[in-house]
Amino acid sequence: MIETRGLTKEFRSGKKTVTAVKGLDLQITAGEMVALLGPNGAGKSTTLRMLTTLLAPTSGSARVAGFDVTSGQHAVRRAIGYIGQGNSAGHSQRVIDELVVSGRAYGLSRAEARTRADELLDSLGLGDQATQKVMTLSGGQRRRLDIAMGLIHSPGLLFLDEPSTGLDPQNRANLQEHVVDLRRKHGATVVLTTHYLEEADSLAERIVVIDNGKVVADDSPTALKSRHAGDRIAMTFSGRDHATHAAQRASAAHPAAQVTLDGAAVDVQVAGGAGLVSALITDLTAAGVAPATVEVARPTLDDVFLALTGRSLREGRTELRTDPTNRTTEEVAA
Amino acid sequence: MTALDTPTRTTSAPPATSRPTSQLHNIGLVFGRELRPVVRDPFSVVFGIIQPLFFLGLFTPLLVASSGQSTADTLQWFVPGVIVMLSLFGTSTTGANLQVEMQTGSHERTLVSPLSRSSLMIGRALKEIVPTIVQALVIVGVAVPFGFRPDVAGLVVGLAVLSVFCVGLGALSYALALAVKENQWAFWGVQQTLLFPLMLLAGILLPLTGAPGWLEVASKINPLTYVVDAERALIAGTWDGDAVAGAVAAALTCVVGLVVGAKAMRASS
Repeated sequence: MIETRGLTKEFRSGKKTVTAVKGLDLQITAGEMVALLGPNGAGKSTTLRMLTTLLAPTSGSARVAGFDVTSGQHAVRRAIGYIGQGNSAGHSQRVIDELVVSGRAYGLSRAEARTRADELLDSLGLGDQATQKVMTLSGGQRRRLDIAMGLIHSPGLLFLDEPSTGLDPQNRANLQEHVVDLRRKHGATVVLTTHYLEEADSLAERIVVIDNGKVVADDSPTALKSRHAGDRIAMTFSGRDHATHAAQRASAAHPAAQVTLDGAAVDVQVAGGAGLVSALITDLTAAGVAPATVEVARPTLDDVFLALTGRSLREGRTELRTDPTNRTTEEVAA
Repeated sequence: MTALDTPTRTTSAPPATSRPTSQLHNIGLVFGRELRPVVRDPFSVVFGIIQPLFFLGLFTPLLVASSGQSTADTLQWFVPGVIVMLSLFGTSTTGANLQVEMQTGSHERTLVSPLSRSSLMIGRALKEIVPTIVQALVIVGVAVPFGFRPDVAGLVVGLAVLSVFCVGLGALSYALALAVKENQWAFWGVQQTLLFPLMLLAGILLPLTGAPGWLEVASKINPLTYVVDAERALIAGTWDGDAVAGAVAAALTCVVGLVVGAKAMRASS
């Protein structure tokens, strides 16, 4: 469905050239649900804008839905749906008018567009807002209208750029539900960008981690987590000496594990850690250093991002904002 | 607003995926979309007439006093100018609407749709015709009781010429919006800086007879001058060279505007 080769985008600002996307190679097959994850300025939105024909690549190529994004722009546009960061519907327009016009732009007849619009409004809980002006809708309602606008022509491939930014948790859950629904009913391919770990984790079957314009990891959330950040077994002991002894035993028993000792606390980070807890406790108890408390935490995508880039995704956002190079990229790319 | 608030109804099978559409269909869609808020909320058009009505009501007595001509004769000269001025106010500011859509995101959405870039520009620009004609007819209606007597055929052709000019000017206004992007002060700065000199040089408010030579030269370069002269000639029922020159100036403005506008739209992202 999507295939990019060495996809690159450079932005010029003054004399400086900022490379937002550096030789991206990506393959997405039909029916996949993929999240492009990365901090602001990582190049994920720029990638999405190239795939949706909004930006011309500086070099490299991309085929979307069977057409080249440069030479087959028009065919790509007909084949895809796009839900951008802003509001798709004009604020001075009425909800139903925008949906019908949008449907007709994709070649639906007036009657088809009307039927489809009514269905979408109903299923998105906007039935009562059909004749309202877009500017009178609440933030959550507008976002749901964006979804309706993106789905009016039932695209086989849907792009969502930071779909849940600015939404409260309930509306975010609501949006995720609709995206899942779209796939279940129509088998659509979905590509979204996000910097919400939870969203990527719960929605996508495949996560492409992008940092500094490059793919740094590409796998299922579970595989990413087990490969790049193991489960964390956090134990506390009755005293420092017990903890020290326990740390030594744990290290010896699991050479692959990363063991950290902090006073009377010991952290053991290891792939498949949850399955090792029982044996670990038995071993420590036999050695006379039974832990006082044990907690097993599943790794988060943030742990993965930290392991891959040495930076936390959350901290990364503030770091990038203060970096003038990246700020330029963001501004230009915005 | 929870997931429970939004019952998921089973939707029927999706319609056939998008079908190709003609350029004319696309232009019609964009035109209709632009026009709809105006039709649904005609207050903006009505409000736009108030200022020119003031000009008409307050300026005409001054012109009558200074020229010594009758009110009817003065209106005969002044009303065509006011009609042009009115269309200028509306059309030259229309880019601001696009700027709002660029900010909110709906412009970006149309760029991802299969609507061609040129149809996005032409459809928008064509919409300018409607408020132009409506407002002109209101002004004529107001002036007739005071002795203004337009030649009907001339008025029809005059409005056609003005419409062609407004399509070009509207396209230029959109091109300006696309060029300055979300920078509102830049849009209004350029628009205001250009609009008033063009208006004054076209002799809309005061005749340029007896103006110093450099002013006359500047006036001759201004395409608006020819459009205003043509409106005066046509509405008076005079079918002469002025009318032809105005039609040519309007057509040129239209072509240049649409070419520049479509180019700006293609460069937009």
